[in-house]
Amino acid sequence: MSATNTHLSQYQKYNQRVSRNRATSEVAWVRYTLIAATLLFLSLFLFVPLATVFTEAFRKGAGTYFAALSDPDALSAIKLTLIAAVIAVPLNLVFGVAAAWAIAKFEFKGKSLLITLIDLPFAVSPVIAGLIYVLIFGMQGWFGEWLTDHDFKIIFAIPGIVLATIFVTFPFVARELIPLMQAQGKEEEEAALVLGASGWQMFWRVTLPNIKWGLLYGVILCNARAMGEFGAVSVVSGHIRGLTNTMPLHVEILYNEYNYAAAFAVASLLALLALLTLALKTYVEWQSAKDAIEIEQE
Amino acid sequence: MFKYLISLTVALLGAVPITVSAETSILNVSYDVSREYYKDLNAAFITYWKEKTGETITVNQSHGGSTKQARSVVDGLQADVITMNRSPDIDILHEKAKLIPKDWQGRLPNNSVPTASTPVFLVRKGNPKQIKDWDDLVKPNVSVVIPNPKTSGNGKYSYLAAWGYVVRKGGDEAKAKDFVTKLFKNVPVLDTGGRGATTTFVQRDIGDVLITFESEVFLIQKELGSDKFEIVYPSVSILAENPVALVDKVVDKRKSRALAQAYLEFHFSEKGQQIAAQHYLRPQVSATQDQFVRVFKPLELFRVESIFGSWSKAEKTHFSDGGVFDQIYTR
Repeated sequence: MSATNTHLSQYQKYNQRVSRNRATSEVAWVRYTLIAATLLFLSLFLFVPLATVFTEAFRKGAGTYFAALSDPDALSAIKLTLIAAVIAVPLNLVFGVAAAWAIAKFEFKGKSLLITLIDLPFAVSPVIAGLIYVLIFGMQGWFGEWLTDHDFKIIFAIPGIVLATIFVTFPFVARELIPLMQAQGKEEEEAALVLGASGWQMFWRVTLPNIKWGLLYGVILCNARAMGEFGAVSVVSGHIRGLTNTMPLHVEILYNEYNYAAAFAVASLLALLALLTLALKTYVEWQSAKDAIEIEQE
Repeated sequence: MFKYLISLTVALLGAVPITVSAETSILNVSYDVSREYYKDLNAAFITYWKEKTGETITVNQSHGGSTKQARSVVDGLQADVITMNRSPDIDILHEKAKLIPKDWQGRLPNNSVPTASTPVFLVRKGNPKQIKDWDDLVKPNVSVVIPNPKTSGNGKYSYLAAWGYVVRKGGDEAKAKDFVTKLFKNVPVLDTGGRGATTTFVQRDIGDVLITFESEVFLIQKELGSDKFEIVYPSVSILAENPVALVDKVVDKRKSRALAQAYLEFHFSEKGQQIAAQHYLRPQVSATQDQFVRVFKPLELFRVESIFGSWSKAEKTHFSDGGVFDQIYTR
């Protein structure tokens, strides 16, 4: 606690120095106009839509709301969304740690190419990502005939949805870890090795504790996107009710059928997930900042 | 921790059903607004099949824009049967992927068309603009809501109906073109699909008249009460046929041919036709038509083929890029 206090008082001193500097202060009306504009913008584009989701969802009462959520098609959509996330997130976690480790701690040829490749899913439109899989695994695609002959279903089935989800959530963990691991350098790992640690010991006792908050942050973002993804999944889904519809796809279908209350009920569930994600993210940020301060004080 | 993750992933991958057990389920890939109809039809068929064979089956449904749905089947969506609102969307399964034979329409009664609908007019209560027939739609102060013929089967049928109306009155191509030009000058917004046009007319209160399928018009009246709108039947309209087909390559692989065939035949049965009528789709098998005359006003209906030769010709002349519709609408 005292550590935090010392830190805070330093921060206040720093703040006073900054506010005395004329270059960083503005006359009152400019400041208030800017603040008002920001608040207006935020409420128009964030708070009002969020509130709409919930009011529309409950427009026909709580009965309709829960009926919409317990509808078999809705339940299967929720289940499929969770399956996709539960597979995609751990895979991307393992991949992200491995990639960030390689990129941050080693020098090798083609490193910048690897970084570019990791960023690819950010650059490509999700619809294209979905179409890529249709072109590869679709019946008219490269492996289409072989897959059909051997009775493998990839697209228009769950594997396709999982693949598309993995693709679009690929960079989150790696992108979060690379700058962090680069900043930390490799001295601590080297010290551990010199002191006789095995590879795994070094990873579990030195590397992982150092990156844990960044890793968690990446996983949270990855999970949020995995559950919310629409474009790529829509292309490979086939929209079979109760079988290959995820939550975002289910919302669209209900909306198109004029089933507004049900559409917003499922949408509110997604919004709740988003809010939960935000809360977790804030908690993680706060924890990691606290850790950083404590380490500084030591 | 690491081991846990791996075993969890493997377990889940293993638990994912890659194939649904054969022949006890079929997938029907259909167009956008047939959901309510198929909900009832499927339930009835499942009961019928259970009584007949003792087998419990599932009918899965996939709905979406018809052209997009057909594309998915071409790309490998395992549809046992495909049910569309225009035959070109089934023809494409033969043209692009040889999934069905070219003569698929000859395999079931009535050219594989169990049900049909037709574009009719919906006007506001009391018919303030006195709209009685196609001619009234091109008057200068009338605002008409039609979905976009480029993107919607519904819009294509309405466009072709207007064109056919002129031709059947003895008009030549120039006259017909002039007529649809005037008609689309009166269209304030082109929605991309039938349901979008309904929203524009009903919820946003735009337009004096909505041209859409009879089935959709009845649904609007059922949902919103018949005191707000009135149906107007034009003197003549086009027959919008809803063809069905089983997808040979898929049913042979999944060994579901018998079930799929029975499902399609059920569309043509007494019961199937009744269910269609309950959803305001015109039953097409003559034996059962008489009892529905009270619901469906007898109308002079012409087929796409009789005026335009074939669907593919109509499509090419009127709706392709730079086709007649592009010429009259962009001006």
